[in-house]
Amino acid sequence: MADSGVTDGAVGKDGIQQAKIEGKELTKEEKQRLRKEKKQQKKNKEKNDENASKESEEKPVSAAAPTPTQPSQKAPSAVPAPASLPVPASEPQPAKSKADMKAERRARQESERASKKKGDAGQPAATGKAKAAPSELQPVVKRLPEHVQVDNPEVLKKLAKKLEKQQIPLRLDYGHKVSLFSHLHQYSRRAPLTQQIGIPSTVIHPAIVRLGLQYSQGIVAGSNARSVALLHAFKQVIRDYTTPPNEELSRDLVNKLKPYISFLNQCRPLSASMGNAIKYIKKEISNIPSQYREEEAKSKLLICIERYIDENIILAAKAIAKSSIEKISDGDVILVYGCSSLVNHILCEAFEKKRKFRVIVVDSRPRLEGREALRRLVQRGISCTYVLISAVSYILPEVSKVFLGAHALLANGYVMSRVGTSQIALVAKAFNVPVLVCCETYKFCERVQTDSFVSNELDDPDDLIVTRKGRTQLEHWQEVPSLGLLNLVYDVTPPDFVDLVITDLGMIPCTSVPVVLRVKNMDQ
Amino acid sequence: MPGPDKEIDLTERIEAFLSDLKRGGCGTGPLRGSAETARETTSLLRRITAQPRWSSAGDLMEIIRKEGRRMIAAQPSETTVGNMIRRVLKIIREEYARSRGSSEETDQQESLHKLLTSGELSEENFGQHFSALKANVIEAINELLTELEGTTDNISMQALEHIHSNEVIMTIGRSRTVEAFLKDAARKRKFHVIVAECAPFCQGHEMATSLSKAEIETTVIADAAIFAVMSRVNKVIIGTQTVLANGGLRAVNGTHTLALAAKHHSTPLIVCAPMFKLSPQFPNEEDAFHKFVSPHEVLPFTEGEILSKVNVHCPVFDYVPPELITLFISNIGGHAPSYIYRLMSELYHPEDHEL
Repeated sequence: MADSGVTDGAVGKDGIQQAKIEGKELTKEEKQRLRKEKKQQKKNKEKNDENASKESEEKPVSAAAPTPTQPSQKAPSAVPAPASLPVPASEPQPAKSKADMKAERRARQESERASKKKGDAGQPAATGKAKAAPSELQPVVKRLPEHVQVDNPEVLKKLAKKLEKQQIPLRLDYGHKVSLFSHLHQYSRRAPLTQQIGIPSTVIHPAIVRLGLQYSQGIVAGSNARSVALLHAFKQVIRDYTTPPNEELSRDLVNKLKPYISFLNQCRPLSASMGNAIKYIKKEISNIPSQYREEEAKSKLLICIERYIDENIILAAKAIAKSSIEKISDGDVILVYGCSSLVNHILCEAFEKKRKFRVIVVDSRPRLEGREALRRLVQRGISCTYVLISAVSYILPEVSKVFLGAHALLANGYVMSRVGTSQIALVAKAFNVPVLVCCETYKFCERVQTDSFVSNELDDPDDLIVTRKGRTQLEHWQEVPSLGLLNLVYDVTPPDFVDLVITDLGMIPCTSVPVVLRVKNMDQ
Repeated sequence: MPGPDKEIDLTERIEAFLSDLKRGGCGTGPLRGSAETARETTSLLRRITAQPRWSSAGDLMEIIRKEGRRMIAAQPSETTVGNMIRRVLKIIREEYARSRGSSEETDQQESLHKLLTSGELSEENFGQHFSALKANVIEAINELLTELEGTTDNISMQALEHIHSNEVIMTIGRSRTVEAFLKDAARKRKFHVIVAECAPFCQGHEMATSLSKAEIETTVIADAAIFAVMSRVNKVIIGTQTVLANGGLRAVNGTHTLALAAKHHSTPLIVCAPMFKLSPQFPNEEDAFHKFVSPHEVLPFTEGEILSKVNVHCPVFDYVPPELITLFISNIGGHAPSYIYRLMSELYHPEDHEL
């Protein structure tokens, strides 16, 4: 027993050490083996603890080292089943503990690295674990993202170091922050990150630089638009990519993408949809079999990205439009807020299908995105009314339905969307008007959030300044120490305000979001 | 001759006041605050009373009613004008009753008992002439003016009873009463104020600058963020344009949303309104309730192509039902919204509700 145990353990150790020498990540099989070992060691530790407590009356605790070995040697004889796995545990205590510790340390490093890849490996690990041991649930501890820990100087230092390594400039916060939001970044639009990069930039692909600038100046806005732009930029990056010698495409390309993602994050914090798209790309890249030639691999990746956009954005929009048109009847007065590409698409489709309705577009300062929606709808010939959000309780008695877009749907059923959405849902609820949220499933995210403070985005505070009748009241707000401006971008709507969520998988209530997430994870 | 000169002078002043009213209510916030309007109205009414044109209380009341109707027609949304006229009419009735020997009780409400027992009294025509009536009425109007001048101070004096330290208070738009209220509390307590800017007129900006000059920690937020930040707010303190007879408000647009958000988070909503804003109107007439201003504040003319194809609304006021309000703070103390109807009976006579 002990011999087989030693050899088994030795093989495991060798494999791991080899990987350590190469400095690469462990392959999937090695990771799974490590995980199994760790699980078994945990189980045996528990058994040993039980037996140790049983025998503690007979043998004192100081003789703890020999004690566990005795019952563990008894245990394999008692437990006939997987003989190979408990065998490593039956090794003499000091040897076992060394291998054990090494394996545990390796496993911890792997899990940390996996969590750095935005939970990418964590997901297959979760499914693997789920299949192996359905009673074990995924551990809760995930690392808190950096962008909600701005008030922690250590996190900032780590970020600065990471960016320095990747040769990306660090963007500085601007202006006096409201104390409730001191844990978030606040940038100024007039100081884009691209000013600090030399031309031509050798580290960052020019398509990414352009994209970053478009994000930070608000030229590309809206979660669908940002995701599609991101994916197109990545396609360009992949087309221009050449594998350096002695590197594998699947690993090197992922490492190349990391500084780009940090750069884009600095330009404007990533949205949930972008995060999901990036996860998908990284998974596709790391799943490229090593025998593919470079051209094959690149074309495969391009096809994957095209398919992702097609399935999750374009076809999803068509499916959602088809379901929503059933909800729009003749004579309806529909209220929309801001500019959601999906909701605009639905309304235009419904108008094509000759439904008779009119639209009320509600807008809010300082972004005034509703004007864009208004232009698009008026161009199609839909009769529209336009008001600001402060007039919504005046106009709501006329309204029969409210259609809202979403930025992300959180796992506890809350809808994260443009600031003001929760207000519209609140007033609609007070007037008993149904609220329908339209959202593609690729925007569903596993985070949970109950208020709009803990994780949000602070936009440029200077946007709130307005000049009326030649007087600008807040022009010198920076000089007044007790005055602060707050320009929030997102807010969360509680699920009791939302009556229906229309997705490409069908019409679901808000509370079914975690079910959809689980189904999607199992598919993957 | 001093007589006709004075008359011409008075007519001129009334005309000037009317044109001011017509111009002033253009929705960018009154060029004059409601308190000034009230004071101006009352002093004009005093001058009308001081004229020798009338001989009995009934004549005086008729004159005042006539002038009052003209003033109200100039700017229907400025309800303080009508309120002051009704106050003065009530003063005249009271002084008349006192001169007659006060056979009328202070409770002038119609009661079944009164209807049965004193039928002729209800057909009072105020025809008797009393020489001291003019002096009494002018003195009473002076008292009213003094009361008007002290309203803001009276309200601010109650500030410390309602604001404790480290509170987060939210307000919307600009109200001079609330400004004075908060500044008074800030002398002794430290708290934080969040001001919703109240588009499209953005009066919240002025409020914020003024409060921050008094060293109060102020934050300006957009209207869209009201619900988002409401969870951290301890109290909502607002001003209003009018307090309606049922205890509801006619306040600046956006207030209804604010009140709903406060109700959802169970945050108390406190309204600081002096008594001259209490109006005996009910919010029944939908057409007369709302006032609209030029939509170019909402969608400017630079958006040329779509302007002609789009309806744009820019309402100025919002109706807030009394169920959403927790407390009224006025110059005579604090009241619940359900008590407002009672206060009305003290200020106005029921026959004056329709001028």
